[in-house]
Amino acid sequence: MIPFELILIQIINGIVSGMILALVASGLTLIFGIMDVVNFAHGDLFMLGAYMGVITLAATGNFWVALAASCLAVAALGAVIQMTALRPLLGRDPLTTILATFGISLVIQNAALWYFGPVARKINEPFTGQFPLFHLQYPWYRIAIAVLSAAIIGALYLFLKYGTYGIWIRATTQDRVMASAMGIPVPWVHTAVFAIGAAMAAASGVLFGPLVGVSHAMGLDVILRAFIVVVVGGMGNLGGSILAAIFVSMLEAFAAIWVSPAQAVIFSFMALILTLLFRPTGLFVPTPK
Amino acid sequence: MSPRHSSTGYWIGFALIVAALAVAPLVLPEFWRRFVTEILIWGLLAMSSDILIGYTGMVSFGHSAFFGLGMYGAAAALLSVSPPNLWLAILLGLVGAGLVAVFVAFFSTRLRDIYFAITTLVFSQIFYVIIFTWTDVTGGENGLTFRAPTLWIPGVIDAPFTRETLHWFVLAVVTASYLLLRRITQSPFGMVLQSIRENEPRTRAIGYHVEHYKIVAVMLSGLFAGLAGVLYAVQNRFAAPDFVFFLISGEVVIFNVMGGMGTLVGPVVGAGFFFLLREGFSRFWTEYYLIPVGVIFTLMVIFLPQGILGFARRRLNS
Repeated sequence: MIPFELILIQIINGIVSGMILALVASGLTLIFGIMDVVNFAHGDLFMLGAYMGVITLAATGNFWVALAASCLAVAALGAVIQMTALRPLLGRDPLTTILATFGISLVIQNAALWYFGPVARKINEPFTGQFPLFHLQYPWYRIAIAVLSAAIIGALYLFLKYGTYGIWIRATTQDRVMASAMGIPVPWVHTAVFAIGAAMAAASGVLFGPLVGVSHAMGLDVILRAFIVVVVGGMGNLGGSILAAIFVSMLEAFAAIWVSPAQAVIFSFMALILTLLFRPTGLFVPTPK
Repeated sequence: MSPRHSSTGYWIGFALIVAALAVAPLVLPEFWRRFVTEILIWGLLAMSSDILIGYTGMVSFGHSAFFGLGMYGAAAALLSVSPPNLWLAILLGLVGAGLVAVFVAFFSTRLRDIYFAITTLVFSQIFYVIIFTWTDVTGGENGLTFRAPTLWIPGVIDAPFTRETLHWFVLAVVTASYLLLRRITQSPFGMVLQSIRENEPRTRAIGYHVEHYKIVAVMLSGLFAGLAGVLYAVQNRFAAPDFVFFLISGEVVIFNVMGGMGTLVGPVVGAGFFFLLREGFSRFWTEYYLIPVGVIFTLMVIFLPQGILGFARRRLNS
């Protein structure tokens, strides 16, 4: 029999890692929903964000400044990537965007390995307080990550719903040509969306850094999970991605009670396959008739 | 140019290239001999995925699973039977890749476009995790090493592989696979696959059972990828989980895009181009050669989506 407190601890762990994953996945699904781009380099933007965090933290000594600086730097890089590599692909098969971003992913990943070396770096937590949770001392920082991720996603939602530029973005999603006819600069909306998505990946990279250590390969694991989440939640569906991220993370947290964490991944793979078989449009949207 | 004339030209070119590849190990310097053999093996893997990418219009990001299972199937045969038998290795490699292909085909062909790509990617990672963590059987991270089989053709030859005979054996297998795949793509079955690529709803409307065709296409592709895995295992005498990781699948897609999808020869040329770039850039960039290669690949996706042999696509399929 599994002790009750173990289940509760794993629920909390699941929610915390689920919120981080939701932050990555919502950037991915935003980019897909608005411009039909499957961003294979998203995991590498996440990794690069973490490295930017390492650098700016060393330079400024302040975690929150580092978080903001890293987001800005990666957003700028995202804008450059979109303008140079993805703008020419507009209107072509979405599959070509997977190919192009896969190439970019290889470049970023190897450039990071070349520049930062193979040794993992560390980001220090901004605060180290703990609170007792059954037999554990649970760090407050983990709770803070979950809250902060939720806040960023919430801000994105409000921006899309009420902000003028948010309405531009939604208009572009609905009808590219019509939006253009109404005077919305569609190419720049795409650039901005990619930059926002990249900034969200960078934010999660910095927030996640203290938990795992920063290395050039940290993006690989994340991009796979983010793909799973985005498909399980329904491509381009922001709310669905968040629910799916928490669902997948919980599933892995519970599976980790019995099997090793490396094998727990198989459970989320299975979740993806079952979803695709029975609800191909995603778990959290009504099946279209 | 009459069709008959152009097909004569094609066969002359084919014979010349095969002949050049056959004498390659006798004239090339030591380093390049191994290089050519390796390109042929990767070329076969790329060719197998061209059936899906180029002819059926389904981008598979999971070919490493078929390739890897072919390797581990061969490893199982070579480790369990003494003396190691070449044909048993090929048989078990194909069985391994075939079983995985049935599994992947059944689930992933229900999906299209990017969903197919992501599902195949996730499938290959499932097999990667299983192989990586099931240390007792697969050797885990370290993989398996084994002895090479002898080149044994009943009544003809039974001798250990030398570098030359291995090359000729690989060349024979790859050439035979190419001719077989070419025949398949020109058969009514292959025509249906190309019709799925061009317009799936219309193909369905004409009355073809698109799902069945796709399942067979994935299985066919998986079997040839497994064959490439067996050849690689025989050449290198080891099997490692790295070859099941999805970056290998990504490289296979790169070979296809660089060489020219939908030509069968293109992916082989793409593999050769990729490895030449790798050798060239490794001089200055050492193990970071993927930085310039990634840039070139991305530029090719944007500016040269038909690949190096794209201009010859029509002729190569006639």
